[in-house]
Amino acid sequence: MKKLLSTVLLVPGLLVSSLLTANLAVAADNDVTSLRAQSLEVIDPAQKLKNFPKENLELPMNYVQQPPLIPHHIRGYEVDRKTNKCLTCHSFKNYKQYGATKISITHFENRDGKALSDVSPRRYFCLQCHVPQVNAKPLVENTFEPVGALAE
Amino acid sequence: MQAIKKFYNILRKPAVHYSLGFLTIGGFIAGIIFWGAFNTALEATNTEAFCTSCHEMRDNPFEELKPTIHYSNRSGVRATCPDCHVPHKWTDKIARKMQASKEVWGKIFGTINTREKYEAKRLHLAQNEWSRLKANDSLECRNCHEFDSMDFTLQAQRASKQHSTALANGEKTCIDCHKGIAHELPDMKGVEGFN
Repeated sequence: MKKLLSTVLLVPGLLVSSLLTANLAVAADNDVTSLRAQSLEVIDPAQKLKNFPKENLELPMNYVQQPPLIPHHIRGYEVDRKTNKCLTCHSFKNYKQYGATKISITHFENRDGKALSDVSPRRYFCLQCHVPQVNAKPLVENTFEPVGALAE
Repeated sequence: MQAIKKFYNILRKPAVHYSLGFLTIGGFIAGIIFWGAFNTALEATNTEAFCTSCHEMRDNPFEELKPTIHYSNRSGVRATCPDCHVPHKWTDKIARKMQASKEVWGKIFGTINTREKYEAKRLHLAQNEWSRLKANDSLECRNCHEFDSMDFTLQAQRASKQHSTALANGEKTCIDCHKGIAHELPDMKGVEGFN
């Protein structure tokens, strides 16, 4: 008897609550749109790969102390334990001969702030900070502007 | 000793049973067949398939070649092993093939049959190729890349600067700068131009 009673009470209760949640879900679906303005289930087609230009000389600095971008392509440039292709032009020894930008002396400092006589291991892997750029337009507008004296 | 003397006697006497015509024409045809077979066999060793039939070459230099511009590029022109590593001229090719007998020795005794052994020998192997290309003025590069056909105005600034000066006046040859374009580099400490 008791069991029957609880079932009788429970079933409509469940029904009502499930209807409510369903309504809420629908309401949420209508109000909220993702940044991509499309349903989350829609899978975008893959973007076309962009090629690195051979030369890309006009790359502005966007903020103070930005690691400068690489204005040329670097396909096949090896930077590993055995060799560092970037430094064949950008090292202190070679930069004059090739008219390349000299590696900054800040790169000689190890993590204890001690200046070494050559590139510090922690600054050896150039591509951790310096990267070439493909000709890609920004996907989202950026309103960042440097402030005060930094804007000069 | 007796046998050699007998054989020599046969060689120096004129043929008794065969006509002169048979001997000359037969010799001529046999010569063509022999030469053809020799050349075919030689050319068979000048293919990517032959080079990569050994795991030493397949797993190391060939794998390293694949992502480079000489293997994957927009225009579909591909340089395979012999294009850079075997001279095209016949005499040079034979000379290189004779040197290559040492590589057969290396294969038999497994001098580079693991990645570790290959890495240990990489500098030595690379230096062999660098000095060969230095000595022949990068002939294998120039088989395709003709200096006279280069348009400096179409090159990137960095490239045209180097090509129109150091390369043009013969001070440098291709391999002086273009090391490691098709395979990984060895430890370059002490190599000119590096570090």
